[in-house]
Amino acid sequence: MIECGVFKRTYEEDMAFRHTALARWRIYLLLLAVVVFPFVASEYYVGIANLIGIAIIGALGLNILTGFTGQISVGQGAFLGVGAYTSAILAIRLGLPFWLALPGAGLVTALVGSVFGIPSLRLKGLYLVIATLAGQVIIEWTIGHWVDLTGGSQGMTNIPSPAIGPLTFASRTSYYYLTYAIVLAATVFASNLFRSKVGRAFVAVRDRDIAAEAMGVHLFRYKILAFAVSSFYVGVAGSLWAHYLNMISPEHFTVGVSIEYLAMIIIGGLGTVSGSIFGAIFMTLLPVILRELTGPLSAMLPITQVFNALREGIFGIVIIVFLIYEPHGLAKIWRNIKDYFRLWPFSY
Amino acid sequence: MDFFLLLLVNGLVVGSIYALVALGFVLIYKSSDVLNLAQGELVMLGAYICFAFVVQYNIPFFAAFVLTLVFSTILGLSVERVVLRPLIGQPIISVIMVTIGLSSVLRALVQAFWGTDTRPFPTIVSEAPVMLGSIPISQVYIYSLAVSLVLLAIFTAFFRYSKTGIAMRAVADDQQAALSMGISVRRIFAMAWIIAAVVSAIGGIMVGLINGINISLSYMGLKVLPVAILGGLDSIPGAVIGGLAIGVLENLSGGYIDPIVGGGVKEVAPFVFLVFILMIKPYGLFGKEIIERV
Repeated sequence: MIECGVFKRTYEEDMAFRHTALARWRIYLLLLAVVVFPFVASEYYVGIANLIGIAIIGALGLNILTGFTGQISVGQGAFLGVGAYTSAILAIRLGLPFWLALPGAGLVTALVGSVFGIPSLRLKGLYLVIATLAGQVIIEWTIGHWVDLTGGSQGMTNIPSPAIGPLTFASRTSYYYLTYAIVLAATVFASNLFRSKVGRAFVAVRDRDIAAEAMGVHLFRYKILAFAVSSFYVGVAGSLWAHYLNMISPEHFTVGVSIEYLAMIIIGGLGTVSGSIFGAIFMTLLPVILRELTGPLSAMLPITQVFNALREGIFGIVIIVFLIYEPHGLAKIWRNIKDYFRLWPFSY
Repeated sequence: MDFFLLLLVNGLVVGSIYALVALGFVLIYKSSDVLNLAQGELVMLGAYICFAFVVQYNIPFFAAFVLTLVFSTILGLSVERVVLRPLIGQPIISVIMVTIGLSSVLRALVQAFWGTDTRPFPTIVSEAPVMLGSIPISQVYIYSLAVSLVLLAIFTAFFRYSKTGIAMRAVADDQQAALSMGISVRRIFAMAWIIAAVVSAIGGIMVGLINGINISLSYMGLKVLPVAILGGLDSIPGAVIGGLAIGVLENLSGGYIDPIVGGGVKEVAPFVFLVFILMIKPYGLFGKEIIERV
């Protein structure tokens, strides 16, 4: 039977998390694929998948703030650093176990994020961009210069791998399951957030803040809340990053990282949960694929020298091309594909 | 006292270059509402192009300088046409991101052609310092200050008296009204990008003469933000005063606070200051306050 639309006949159907049986099956399949992946892929690809998982959490956080609430932040890299350093300091200096350091990192980052969110009440658009950029530079500088706490430009090493009770997550595969458990929780929470009052208030603030205020949305509270929730996500991502690599240094958290995350959500799709995931996958795989492609070439040409330049250039071109030709990102392309096949062969 | 004067003079020189770069930045924002985060890369590319002409092709400096300006004109024109024009009317995040993408591409070009090492510029001006009272000032500083001031004067006159300059101000004020008066808004946008690329290149060459050039020259693009915000994002005299003020502030705080906290204050001081301005007076000294009505 060919469906010609999705009809919601009961209140429960309207409130459903996924509206069609097909969409539900897609999710089950995806979950199955995530569970099975380490059994079929090599250690190297599991490592990449871990980085993707961490990027997904960070991108979800940024998308909550920028995509859904409309507050553009260029301070993501610094917040990631706050999370990573907090977690490392809690684990090394205070000897806290991972399952306390992780939420601790999230909470501290949420606090720092809310402080940097305060200007958002007065500043909008471009001015907020500049304010968050200043925040990025100041936090980055503080991390680099507060040597007693952060180890300065040397960074911190010997960050313990996570252990929860008897379980340790030192290998890539075990870390994979830890990361993706958190990714799953983060995704479910984010998807549900925008079916709730708070999430809808966020979207109202994005669409027109003055109108939202007139309708009773407390602007200050919701903007700060958006900064806090978003920074919590980013802090968790930073913590996972620190415990995965076991070492961190200031150069992991530069303004370039902030820009990479912004690129993720723009290429993935602003204001969509799936977009954050697509974007994180795309942006993490891009350099990997480039390296694979340039690998055989480098035997013939001295291309390793220009690899960084090539990566940077392609990064820029991808952003420009997406913004000009598909400003709604990969999520929109995915939706178009689904729409095409739903009505196939009678699509128009 | 001498130390203070030295810092002050250095600050003014650096500040005049900031003012020049900020001028291009403000111009683009003023006429087309685009926050150009690739400004630093325009500075860098200009410096490298001039470097290539002088060192790699052995062209005399003044000819190379003119050629660089020609190149910058073409660059500004093509950037506006290819990258910015399709995004007219898009949300600000798209426009900001496209300039970030552009900055990546420009940085990649410089890396691919010239690598990341610092390249010294050949000596154009004599290295013998001039004594101003008891403070020695190198000649290149005096020249760059002079060039910046002359250019700023020229542009001030340009916006006040020339037909194109007045048309640009009209577009900045109200695009619809400008259109209906027969001004080609597209041409004005292109013009703004050309001027931005040209003044950035001049700024870049100046920094190159003082410090040599490397890839971190693009950091200038971030430094220009405190300048533009202090002066007001859409004010040309603001860019000049903001540039000088930030240059002096940066050098003074670097000179006096560095010994206490152990270095690097120069990089962060303008941004701390920036946060304060944003909190107290977000539209800067001369910026136009935007009043929102529902």
